[in-house]
Formats: sequence, C-alpha cells, structure tokens
Amino acid sequence: MSAVLPAAAADEGAAPASEGVWHAAWRRFRGDRVGLGSLLVVLAFVLLIAAAALGLVARDWQDEIAVPNAPPTLLGARAPAGGGSGIEAPKGPNVDLSDIDPLAPRYREWDERARQYQTQERPKAATLPFGGDRLGRDVLAKAIKGTEISVFVGVAAALCATLIGTVLGALAGFFGGRAGDLLEWVYNVFESIPNILLIFAFAAVVGRGVEGVVVILALTGWTGMYRQVRAEFMKHASREYVRSAEAIGASAASRMFRHILPNVSHVILVRMSLLAVGFIKAEVILSYLGLGVRVDQVSWGTMLAEAQSELILGYWWQLVTATLFMAVFVTAFSLATDALRDALDPRLRGLE
Amino acid sequence: MMGPLLAIQDLQVAFRMGRGKRAQAVGGMGGAGAGVSFDVAENSTVALVGESGSGKSVTAMSVLGLLPENAERRGRILWQGRDLLQASLRELQALRGREIACVFQDPMSSLNPVFTIGRQLAEPLRKHLGLSARQAARRAEELLAEVGIPEPARRLASHPHELSGGQQQRVMIAMALACEPRLLIADEPTTALDVTIQRQILELLARLKTQHRMSVLFISHDLALVGEIADRVVVMRHGQVREEGPVAQIFAQPQDAYTKALLACRPSLEGNPRRLMVIDEHIAAQGRNGASAEAAAPAKDPDAPVVLEVKSLAKSFWLRQGLFGRREFKAVQDVNFRLRRGHTLGVVGESGSGKTTMGLTLLRLHEPTSGEVIFDGRNLLALTDRERLAMRRRIQIVFQNPYASLNPRFTIGQTLVEPMAIHGIGADTAEREQRARALLQKVGLDARAFGKYPHEFSGGQRQRVAIARCLTLSPEVLVLDEAVSALDVSVQAQVLNLLKDLQDELRLAYVFISHDLAVVRFISDEVLVMKDGRVVERAGAEQILAAPKEEYTRRLLAAVPRGWQPGARA
Repeated sequence: MSAVLPAAAADEGAAPASEGVWHAAWRRFRGDRVGLGSLLVVLAFVLLIAAAALGLVARDWQDEIAVPNAPPTLLGARAPAGGGSGIEAPKGPNVDLSDIDPLAPRYREWDERARQYQTQERPKAATLPFGGDRLGRDVLAKAIKGTEISVFVGVAAALCATLIGTVLGALAGFFGGRAGDLLEWVYNVFESIPNILLIFAFAAVVGRGVEGVVVILALTGWTGMYRQVRAEFMKHASREYVRSAEAIGASAASRMFRHILPNVSHVILVRMSLLAVGFIKAEVILSYLGLGVRVDQVSWGTMLAEAQSELILGYWWQLVTATLFMAVFVTAFSLATDALRDALDPRLRGLE
Repeated sequence: MMGPLLAIQDLQVAFRMGRGKRAQAVGGMGGAGAGVSFDVAENSTVALVGESGSGKSVTAMSVLGLLPENAERRGRILWQGRDLLQASLRELQALRGREIACVFQDPMSSLNPVFTIGRQLAEPLRKHLGLSARQAARRAEELLAEVGIPEPARRLASHPHELSGGQQQRVMIAMALACEPRLLIADEPTTALDVTIQRQILELLARLKTQHRMSVLFISHDLALVGEIADRVVVMRHGQVREEGPVAQIFAQPQDAYTKALLACRPSLEGNPRRLMVIDEHIAAQGRNGASAEAAAPAKDPDAPVVLEVKSLAKSFWLRQGLFGRREFKAVQDVNFRLRRGHTLGVVGESGSGKTTMGLTLLRLHEPTSGEVIFDGRNLLALTDRERLAMRRRIQIVFQNPYASLNPRFTIGQTLVEPMAIHGIGADTAEREQRARALLQKVGLDARAFGKYPHEFSGGQRQRVAIARCLTLSPEVLVLDEAVSALDVSVQAQVLNLLKDLQDELRLAYVFISHDLAVVRFISDEVLVMKDGRVVERAGAEQILAAPKEEYTRRLLAAVPRGWQPGARA
C-alpha cells in the first residue's frame, strides 16, 4: 500500500526477467568444481560416441591388425624365441639333406613364386597401444566402439524405465485409491520375481540384439523409479500450492505434470542417472551371459566375456581396458548427476 | 551486587557465503559499538523482539555457539564473567543443558519420534547429573508433573506423537529444566501453538521462573506477548538494537519510532481502528501529529444480498479401526451461516476444531458428507463437474503458509496468468499479462515482480501474490484460511489492511478463518466460534467481545496477548 510505486508502470516493458530456475541451477552447478570436471569427462565421452557412430573413429575395429593377443606397447613385443611355438630346435650342426630330398631342386623356384605374393599381405603389428585380442583386433578400437553400444543401451533403457516409472508413479501417487491399488499390485508382481529370472524370461521372448537389451532392462528396471515418484507425488499432492491450483480450477493432468512434475524433477533426474549406471553394468552382465548384443557387435560386456578365457593365458589387457573405460564413465556420470541434483534441488535454494 | 548472569557486549555475527562474500546478520559493519549489547540479570526475563530476519535468534544461538559452521562472531559474551566466545567446545558442552538450556519453536521436530518421552527426559539427567536409571525415571516423572502434564507416570512410556502440540512443548520445557539451568533460552516457544495453549505455556514459564529462580531469554516477534512476561525488553531490527529498557517503559513511553510502530500494528481487543498502522507509515507519521487512522468504519449495508448460505454442512472422515472396522470421525457437523456481499464472517477455534476442514469443504476441496452450500441461489454440492468449474471461479481460497502455496517453479507472472488461461478470461496472453500486472499493483507489489520467482519474496509479499492470484478470477467470495497467521505481526497488519481495502473496493465477501480472536475481530462483521467440529457461538464481532456467552469463547478471549498492563503484575 504505502510501498506501491506507480512509476513502475513506466518501465514495464523493461522489467528485468528474473533469474530462472535453470539459470540459477547452472550458476550453482558452475560453482561445483568436481561436478564441472565430471561433466567435461562425460561430454568427452559423448563426443567419442558421436565420432564412433559417424564412423570417424574405430570404424575398422573388426580388422585383425596385429598378431594374436598382441601385448600393449608399454610392455614391448613378445620375445619371438621365448614364445612356446612348438618343438624345441634340435642341437648340433644342420645336416644337408638336399642330395636325398627329391623336392630339393624345386625349393628355389617355389621361393621365387612365393615372393611374388608376399606383397599382398600386410605386416602384423607386434604390439598395440592397449594390446590386441585373440584375433589381433585393436582393444582400444573395440573399447571405443563398445562405449557407443554400452552407453546407448544404458541411457536409452534408463529413459524408457524413467518414462514408465514416472507415469505410473504419478498416477498411483496422485490418485491413490483403486488406481493406486491396481498399480501397487502390478509393482508387487514385478518386485516379487527375482530380477535375474525376470531378465531371462524377457530375454527368451525378446531375443538378442541391442534393442532387445534396452526393452528388457526398461521393463524390469522401472520399479524403483515408480516407488520413488509415487512417494513424491503423494507428498506433493496435498501441498498447498497444488491445492491452490485445484482451487483455481486446474485439471488433474495439469496439476500432475505442470505443477508437481517440475518440483520433483530433481528426484527423477538423479534416479535416472542411477538407473543409467546400473543398466550399463546390467548390459555387461547380460552380454557376459550371452543374452546381450549380437556377436558382430561389441560392447564392454562382450569384451569382459572374452577376457574371461584370455585371463587364464595371462592376457589381461582387454579386461583392464574395458574396465577402465567403464569405471571412468560411470564415475564421471554419477558425480555429474549428483552435482546436478544439488543444483536443481529447490530445498537448497536460499542457503547460498 | 553481582554482575549480570549473561552480558552480551558488542556482539557481531556474520555468515561467510563462499567466494569471500559475507552476510552481516547481527551488528553493523562498523567497528566498536556497532554490535548488539544487553545484559540478562539473575532471575529475570529478558525478551528479544523483532521481525523475522532481525537477528534475534542468531544473537541467542551465539550464546551457546549453536550457529552453523560458517558463522563468524566478534565481541564478547560474558557468562558470569567468563567469555563464551573464547571457550572450548568441551567447556561449552558442559554448559549446554546444564547451565543454559534451550527450548525451540517447533516441539514436533525437536523431539525424537522413535524414543519414549521417559527415555528422552532421562538422558540429560543421567548424562549431566549422573543419576541411576531408576533415579532418573523418578526425576523425569516429577518434571512432567511440574510442567503440568496429567498422569506423568503413564506419559513416560508414550511416544511424542501421542501427545498434543502443547504437551510436546511442555515436555521440551521439562527437558530443558531437567538439570535446573540458570538460564533458559526460549526461541519463539509458542509460535507454533494455539492461543489458548500459548497462554498456558506462558503461565508455566512464569511459574517455573519464580520457582527455580532462573533467568529466561525469551525470543518472539510479538511485542504484546512478551509484554506479559518480560522484565526487560530488547527491540531489534536489521541486526541492531533499536531500544532497550524495562517492560513498563517500553510499553508506556516507547522512545524509538520502530518500537512505537510495533506496538501500534497489532490488532488488539481494545478500540477498533479502521486500519492498522504499518511500520513504515507509522515511522513516517511520527513527525506529524499522529495521523489518526481511528476514523470509524462506515457502517456496512446490513441488507446486502446474501452470496453464500450454508445449511447444516457436515464432513466426516472414516478412520480405519482393527482389521475391517471403520470409525466415523465427525470433523465438521451442522454448520449454518449466511454471508452477505461485502461482509466478513470470522471463524475462530483451536486447531482441530474443524474450521479449516469447513473452509475446504466450501470449495469442495473436500467432499462434504451432507448439507447444502447455496451460492447465488444454486447448491454448489449438487453441480456437475462442468458447472462446478464455472462456479469455482467465483469462490476462491488463500492458504495459511505463503511459502507453500505458490509453486516454486513458476514465475509470479505464470502463477497469475494460469487461472485466467484455464477460465478463458482475457482474449489472449498479452491481455492476461496486462491484467496480471494491474493486479500486482492493486495488491501493492511492483509490476517488476512479474518475472520473478516466489523465493525472491518475503512471506508478506508472497501472501499478496496469493491474494492477487485469487483476484484474477474476480471472485465474489474469498476463503482466507489462517491467511495472516504465519506472518510477522508487522506484515500481518499490512495484509489485513490490504484485505480491508480490497473488500471496500471490490465488495468481496470473506470467510476469515483464524485462531486469533483479536485479528478476527478486527476484520469481521460476524464471528462463528467452533469447537470439536460444531459451532458453539455465533454473534456479531463486537457482541462476542462485549458479552461472550460460552465458556469456550471466554477462554479464547482471555488467551489473546494484551501486552503490558499497568498494575497487571504486582
């Protein structure tokens, strides 16, 4: 009343738009050094994936460019003599058998001919930066190509599971009653079956392939998200701002998705990032068990599956490379989303 | 004579905000003398009074070092001559609870819900006094009896949720008293409670103070409240002490303009001003000859058309009992009233009396069990969904907590435009925004507020936005559900004035729900007194004050803080 400034009408057009929720979140996010660093790592991975998908890098990961199980460059090439290439050479001077060997006159001719073809064959590398697998394929290229598939599977499945979990959770939490009971029942059915069994069952129906893995993981992984979103919606549905929206006549859908959803988005985001991380690991397990991607594709999971037999022979580099890629990505992704949660959580606002 | 029990000298508190920024909470920026200073003498009550954000709680919490990590304190806090700012954590811990005890605002969150009362009471006894389990239990029982909890032996085994809010606060006080402290710091101990309970807690504190010869540092935003129990009053604003003195002097001859304004802005039971003075107006008016706002209200038209008529409204909740049983809980029963255009119906009662449920039922935010709500000749409860949307426009509600009733992810503009978009008011977005800006001005906010988010506003400003949101739909009836209860006394006055102005201008009818009779009486023409879901008394506002018929109404009236009364205390 006393504070009314009629002059305000004059600069109405120039009214400064206030710092939005997303702007404020970004400002807070920038202040978090660990979060920012992790985000950069994740972005680097995204670039790598984009390059791999466009065929700029790791296009020829299937080429056998090195000797089988070529060791990493750091270790140096395997000593050729020391290699267990069969029988030991007999001691003593060489015996000349050319006068009793009936083929002896032709050796020179054959050597000549063979030399003509030799130019066709590329020399196999003795070592590779991160080593080679049992066919002599570059482990680094495989890991990069595997990143593309593994991350795609993790993120796509997490998105699908989030969609299912959020929609069902919102319905159950907002309406409650009969609808809530029915959804709770569905949830309980899914929760009562051991997870791995459920995955096997779906895998048997859906079949192998990247899309199959996404569908399986999404259909089995939505339950946690459902539960959390349901709880958040139950809490918010009785809040006064939602009541106010009801009092001005906002429809149920508008209250659910326009009013409540943005206020619980930080919870959903964090849960989704956890799902993505979990699904990346789940894909590894599925591929390891042979239910994952097809044989002509490579993922971190298939690499680990191969590593099992190599490890017995002492070829550890494929295991280390795949694990390293996975660990770096998963850690960076988790830290980045954690920082994102902190930046988005409306409860933390005002504490700065 | 001994020195004071507690002496605060030139205290300054600042919070580090990271990146070298600091926020001054208590004391000025300058050097010596700019901080807060006051004494608490032995066996006396000192009240710290101020609006939220005035630094009163920060000052009190610095005594025990209970501030967040990022606080920087300067100055001296002398406890019986020893400087607490230099004390080690171990020394402070020996003081906490033993010599200086605290009671906080919200008893619900101060008690641990998973432990019994007895266990929580016994803990400080065993820790500080080294009593055995049996001795501690006996002492706990005595303490509960002392703070006036019936059947103390049985209550020892109860959990916090089994007690009412007032009882929980009594338990908190019993815990604070457990080790017979020399000083009790009470941080808004009654703000979360009903007026009647507040009265009981105040009496309890006064009695305990004389019995135990302890001192009390009482923090409140309500000057009238502390006037009843304090010996000395310290008025704070913006981290500065504005005035300090004995309670009689503060009330009888306030020196500072701000103190005078604080005294004037609370609606009282004596006299009925047309408008309440707000702080800024009052300070501005100091120079002039006390610009009187006491002009009598123009009489309201007693024959104005009835906009809302409620006939035997009832609402029951079904509580589950046992495996299959259900028990009916009658939250509201048999409520009847008529509300005329431009009039205000006040609804008072303690919490749990069904007044809020009644308000929500009027809007069908709760489905009523039976009864009729006749709005403009049509029964609201018998409408189809489509007709209801149209009617919903005409009856609107403002909620208690302005911090919770605005969507934190919407700008003020979005909040105001949304209802108009739903009901198709205004031709296009531009026109709606135009209207929203006009309404912001009407409720006393800058049009620049349009693009801002709720967290950038204070409680009073947010409540204005909530009122503006209702006005976008040009309603005829506004239900105000404890709309000013969560606000500071000074802000409350501004919002009450705004409501009166809007009523005069737009001829709105209000259903004003509150637990504070003084506020209800200020704004209402007619008052309903509710208890246990029933209307126990219904009369004109002046009538109820002059001649309350029911015992319950008299109790509510007696509970309203009256400030310092000459001769009220020996």
